[in-house]
Amino acid sequence: MSTPAALRDWLITETPSSRRQAAWGRRYRLWCDFRRNPLAIGGLATVVLLIVLCLAAPLLATHDPGQQTLTNRLAAPSAEHWLGTDELGRDVYSRLLYGGRVTLGMVVAVVLLVAPLGLAVGCIAGYFGGLADRVLMRVTDVFLAFPRLILALAFVAAIKPGITSAIAAIALTAWPPYARLARAETMTVRNTDYIAAVRLTGASPWRIILRHVTPMCTQSLIVRVTLDMSSIILTAASLGFLGMGAQPPSPEWGTMIATARRFILTEWWVPLVPAIAIFVASLAFNLLGDGLRDVLDPKQR
Amino acid sequence: MITVENLSVRFGSVEAVKGVSFHVPKGAAFGIVGESGSGKSTVLRALSGLNPDWTGRMEIDGTALSPHRSKDFFRRVQMVFQDPYGSLHPRQTVDRALSEPLEVHGIADIEPRILRALAEVALPPAVRFRYPHQLSGGQRQRVAVARALMSEPDVLLLDEPTSALDVSVQAEVLNLLSDLQVRRGLTYVMVSHNLAVVAHLCGTVGVMQGGVMVETVSADDLRAGNVMHAHTRALRTLCMALEEPA
Repeated sequence: MSTPAALRDWLITETPSSRRQAAWGRRYRLWCDFRRNPLAIGGLATVVLLIVLCLAAPLLATHDPGQQTLTNRLAAPSAEHWLGTDELGRDVYSRLLYGGRVTLGMVVAVVLLVAPLGLAVGCIAGYFGGLADRVLMRVTDVFLAFPRLILALAFVAAIKPGITSAIAAIALTAWPPYARLARAETMTVRNTDYIAAVRLTGASPWRIILRHVTPMCTQSLIVRVTLDMSSIILTAASLGFLGMGAQPPSPEWGTMIATARRFILTEWWVPLVPAIAIFVASLAFNLLGDGLRDVLDPKQR
Repeated sequence: MITVENLSVRFGSVEAVKGVSFHVPKGAAFGIVGESGSGKSTVLRALSGLNPDWTGRMEIDGTALSPHRSKDFFRRVQMVFQDPYGSLHPRQTVDRALSEPLEVHGIADIEPRILRALAEVALPPAVRFRYPHQLSGGQRQRVAVARALMSEPDVLLLDEPTSALDVSVQAEVLNLLSDLQVRRGLTYVMVSHNLAVVAHLCGTVGVMQGGVMVETVSADDLRAGNVMHAHTRALRTLCMALEEPA
């Protein structure tokens, strides 16, 4: 097991001798499959790169993201300001790095809140059916009935504007589609023989939902989440634009576009740079999600 | 061991099972045959606790069964399903499937028990960490049998355990089931539309038609042709004609 070749043999053996070996072998195979998909690898590399760039922002930034130089407004990219300056003369490159922290942090926080909540609501409604289903789905309908942005706006306006409340507001409006999706998947799974077999072991309904039903729903959920990443970024941006999200002077990609929108015909690079950042981040998340979905379905192997 | 009296099951306005009664002594095997839709699988699902909407009386080992069963019931009574492609979780390895009953019932020694169970159903230890789609139909049904035996039940309910398998594999699984019955002293209730399969494994056979158990005969009488009801005779003739093509 000391050499890479021996390690590889240990990982890919057809007859693992322990659970630990089987689990690591499975992970290694997943990684091998994932590696074969160049688009997914591109997505993963980009996501990792973006996260590293944002975490290392203080080291990489050339200027203070809040430092204004009103004599040097809307400058074109140069050696001094690599991506130009915005309408208050702040360095766009530095703001982009710091803004990624806010934007990606918001996206990650929203997803971490929304995916488990939607999954839980949908699986419980779908598995138990009857009254639980009706109550939970009507609640879901209530949230679905409002336009997403307006509900988020009302929520943020009711509490204090800021990043935390923006995250809560977006989470509040983003979970219903996940619940619907998880419920639909659960309904197709709950009457299968393999769930009947688990019921016959005497397992509690909670154990069945957690250990046997949710794994069947996560695949479509992952795809949905990665596709939603871009719209979460955009909702965050809209909230920021309306003064309900990230508060100035803290940089955020969506807010950066919103404030630089006026100059799109004259100094086009100012709104274009954060737009490209959002585009690249969304695309990377989508490609990563697509790759993950292909790999996570054991039947495709 | 198992007593069923006047069992009726309704699905909406349809009465799928109309007053079925039978008794299975400890260690015996009882077969239920009938055409599709005769209600034979419904009897089994009511007995297993999967369908709580029934009326009548069912007893296992002298204890009357209620619509909702205790955990102890599920330890003592297990079921093998018809379709081995559908009865194993597609995302779980054989190891997970076999350890689940042990974890639910809090039984220790998971590792040695899994290895012993695989050996008991004549599966190589290499299949332990495979997924169901990496196994053949016969191997899957063996895994399903092993899973049913994990909690060391006294009663095994078999819902057409061989009808989704091809003929040579059918014989293997049937022999496995009859070996296990002898070795562990299990009580079987087996449902099948195949008279030959039922007669091979079961000492007593109940014939169902339209939700009614029209006749209960011993397998020997069935083989000899000592049957009373016209439907039994028709099924028997059909079975003979299929087995010995003219």
